[in-house]
Amino acid sequence: MNTQDLLCLTPLIIIAIAPIIIMVTVTLKRNLKAVYIFSLLAFLMAFISLFLIPRNHSQNIGRLLILDNYALLFLGIIYCSSILVTILSYDYLKKMGGEKEEYFIILFVAVLGSSVLVMSEHFISFFLGLETLSISLYVLIAYLKFRDESIEAGVKFLVVASVTTAFLLLGMGLVYAETGKMNFHEIVVHGSKFRELSPLFLTGFGLILAAIGFKMALVPFHMWTPDIYQGAPVPVTTFIATISKGAVMALGLRLFTDIEGFDNQTLVQVVTAVSILSMFTGNFLALRQNNTKRLLAYSSIAHLGYLLIPFLAGTKNGIEAAVFYIAAYMITSLCAFGVISVMSGSDRDSDSIQDLEGLFWTNPFMAIVFTLSLLSLAGLPLTAGFMSKFFLVLSGVGSGLWILAFSLVVNSVISLYYYLRMVKSMFTPAETANPVKISPEAGFVLTATALGILIIGILPSLLTMIISGVSLR
Amino acid sequence: MILLILILILITGGFLAWITGRRNSLVSRIISLLALIVDFTIVMILLVRTGNGEEKEWLVEFSAVWIKKFGIGMHLAADGLSLLMLVLTFSIGMLSVLISWKEIQSNTAFFHFNILWILAGITGVFLSVDLFLFYFFWEVMLIPMYFLIGIWGHENRIYASYKFFIFTQASGLLMFLSILGLYLVHGNNTGVYTFEYSQLIGTDLSPVVEILFMAGFLAAFLVKLPAFPFHNWLPDAHTEAPTAGSLILASLMLKTGAYGIIRFAIPLFPDASRAFAPIGMILGVTGILYGAKLAFAQTDFKRLVAYTSVSHMGFILLGAYAFNEIAYQGVVMQIIAHGISTGALFIIVGQLYERLHTRDLSRMGGLWEKVPALGAMGLIFSMASLGLPGLGNFVAEFLTLTGTFKASALFGVLASLGLIASTLYSLRILQKVFYGKSINDHRLKDLSFREAFVLGVMVIAIVLTGLFPQGVIEKARPSFGRIKTETEKSVNTASMENEMPIVYLNDHHPLLKTDQ
Repeated sequence: MNTQDLLCLTPLIIIAIAPIIIMVTVTLKRNLKAVYIFSLLAFLMAFISLFLIPRNHSQNIGRLLILDNYALLFLGIIYCSSILVTILSYDYLKKMGGEKEEYFIILFVAVLGSSVLVMSEHFISFFLGLETLSISLYVLIAYLKFRDESIEAGVKFLVVASVTTAFLLLGMGLVYAETGKMNFHEIVVHGSKFRELSPLFLTGFGLILAAIGFKMALVPFHMWTPDIYQGAPVPVTTFIATISKGAVMALGLRLFTDIEGFDNQTLVQVVTAVSILSMFTGNFLALRQNNTKRLLAYSSIAHLGYLLIPFLAGTKNGIEAAVFYIAAYMITSLCAFGVISVMSGSDRDSDSIQDLEGLFWTNPFMAIVFTLSLLSLAGLPLTAGFMSKFFLVLSGVGSGLWILAFSLVVNSVISLYYYLRMVKSMFTPAETANPVKISPEAGFVLTATALGILIIGILPSLLTMIISGVSLR
Repeated sequence: MILLILILILITGGFLAWITGRRNSLVSRIISLLALIVDFTIVMILLVRTGNGEEKEWLVEFSAVWIKKFGIGMHLAADGLSLLMLVLTFSIGMLSVLISWKEIQSNTAFFHFNILWILAGITGVFLSVDLFLFYFFWEVMLIPMYFLIGIWGHENRIYASYKFFIFTQASGLLMFLSILGLYLVHGNNTGVYTFEYSQLIGTDLSPVVEILFMAGFLAAFLVKLPAFPFHNWLPDAHTEAPTAGSLILASLMLKTGAYGIIRFAIPLFPDASRAFAPIGMILGVTGILYGAKLAFAQTDFKRLVAYTSVSHMGFILLGAYAFNEIAYQGVVMQIIAHGISTGALFIIVGQLYERLHTRDLSRMGGLWEKVPALGAMGLIFSMASLGLPGLGNFVAEFLTLTGTFKASALFGVLASLGLIASTLYSLRILQKVFYGKSINDHRLKDLSFREAFVLGVMVIAIVLTGLFPQGVIEKARPSFGRIKTETEKSVNTASMENEMPIVYLNDHHPLLKTDQ
């Protein structure tokens, strides 16, 4: 470990120290606002510290972590999103009352796990990151312990995540037994005889893929998503939908590219099937949902299905398209869940489609922001979602993946129905008008994300310029 | 630059109307009207000053880089055809603000925002010569139209708005896939990755690929037009929309489909279009007859008018695939004349609805005595719809039929039957609504000054296009010249047998010299 390594680890160190400081101060005196401001500052510092790290330089830290442009970009996205999630959480917890300071401690640990994930290139760091993330998520999901559905969701997630962990460990063990390697691309170097793989390796790798599939909620490993999205407090749902999924996606993409999965025929067929299944299942199940959180959960399944397209493209354009898509999707989800979070009161989350009724006339600002995020999810022009879908289809068509591109198009049409349903309910007159008050900080989150959606939608070059420096080997 | 300003005026005007109009609805009406008047004036000046510009490819042009990495440009350009379409767009836009003056009383600010944004999208469609930009605007106009139908429409508005949106969006996405395919093939062939229209024309495609790509484009255009088997969304959308919505749908949005066929589908895929021509003409003839038959069978006045659109749009499809200049002239005339006459019929339906609160034909009758001025207007536009000589529609249909007859006698004859069918439904309108026994004895107000002004302007327009079509034809001719040369070029290179007979008329043809 030298100073260069230390410099590269600064953001992680900041994220790791911050919860300890909160822990200590909370034992002395509780103050939610102070903890909140401190958390904001810590995330901001972590974000700023990213700019100290030299770019265009891939630095291996020990054997476990790597810091290249790709990881750097994702760390940036994660910390920005963390700032927004923190603000939303404070706005939400404030309404609950009671002693809620510990929430931020766990939030930091979860972000730490995500950071490790995007930097990991080794089974050990992969596993450590994933577990750090999952264990803190159990607590976050069940955080509002006076809500039954919250506890239920927490337990469900605990069971699912433990099974996933078991799968993952077994898979890693099998691959290690076969190859003797744990580093992503050393595995592929070993697999120069990759085309005739031993059953042991295949089983192991299949188990790893299943575990990643669980975390990304791809069909057929998607069952947990709607319950967790619905049961968790809205800011936590936001966290799962954006940071947690984004980090796992980043890792998945790195793993898949490192082992050159797009060159392996079997793997390509499996991923194609999973992708198409995810799109159709997610969208069809979303059609009849009446709970917005649940609906967005199904829609996220479909979106992750779309996102597998650039995995298979295996080109530089494909990776850029994937990164662009993840970034756009995270902003959009932050925006959509942000609105639900702001609307929610202390007794329950406003997650029924009826809660949206009349929003256009009682609170046009929120309605416009929500409409914008829904249109972005649907992929309509002027929004980030449109551009990201365009890059996605382009990378797919460019690599001759016509079936996938075509099913993306079909699914976009299906998904329109339920996005429009939410938009529609916003302009049907409500029976009881109950105006929502927006706190300034929540207003900031909504404005920022909405502007982000618009700016990326109109001037995507701003984002592609940053992304174009990103490459995986 | 001036072309970009046209769009920006509408976009900012929309925002202004929304923000300022939340307290006082009059402000948003005036702002919208002003924005449209400014745009209209600019286009008229452009139209007059540019002449016929045979020598230049585009009369007015604006080009800037948008997304450099993918060769996407902010390239707007106008020739005679686009300028004519813009004149239609902005004048219909002004009328739609005027006719909503009393009809729309709730959420007026947001209403006008939507109107202006639809018009911005349509303007963009008529001006884009970058395929990505074209698709972008193609989609931009959908969302505000969805709101327009869904918020201010009649009883069954939600169903209609979904149907409209999903039909058009689904077909649009197929076009998007084709655009991407074309972009990639062109890039692979030449190494230049661009969405630029003038470069993508003449891309070397294998016959099968060309047909597939053309199918994607046609999916979007035939649904929008709408052509026979894809017309399903139209009656619902037209019937349920508020009057301004129906007016914009009929007069402008359907025309984007026609414009798309002429500007993009045929020049980009000349050989495939030639192969498709017989099918296109069959669809056109079927649309003409089937639409007329359905129109005749309706009991809802607005739905009836909606189906006449299906019938009239059949002529456009027929003319577009007749591949000769005289038919193309008919198509342009039809675009404009149908925009005026059907638009006016929708306005009349709207005004009757404001007075009677019904669209049911069986509950009308004998209205001539009560509202003679409105009745007279109804008479004029029913006559226009059935193709009375002296009004714009006659010129359009006559030219189209002449052109079609030269391409295929059979289709020409069949399509002519459409004229009889249109007489039937037009006369039925008059009998059911204005003549006959009066059913109820409400006292009804005749046309107010505002309503009379709107319809009066349209009467003048339809008479002018009927008597002096030459100006329009001259203005649009260079645009067809390009299509003609594009198709000719491919005829020379292609070695296809059993081609459709093609007749190109030169300037000395008697039909083209009506009042020179």
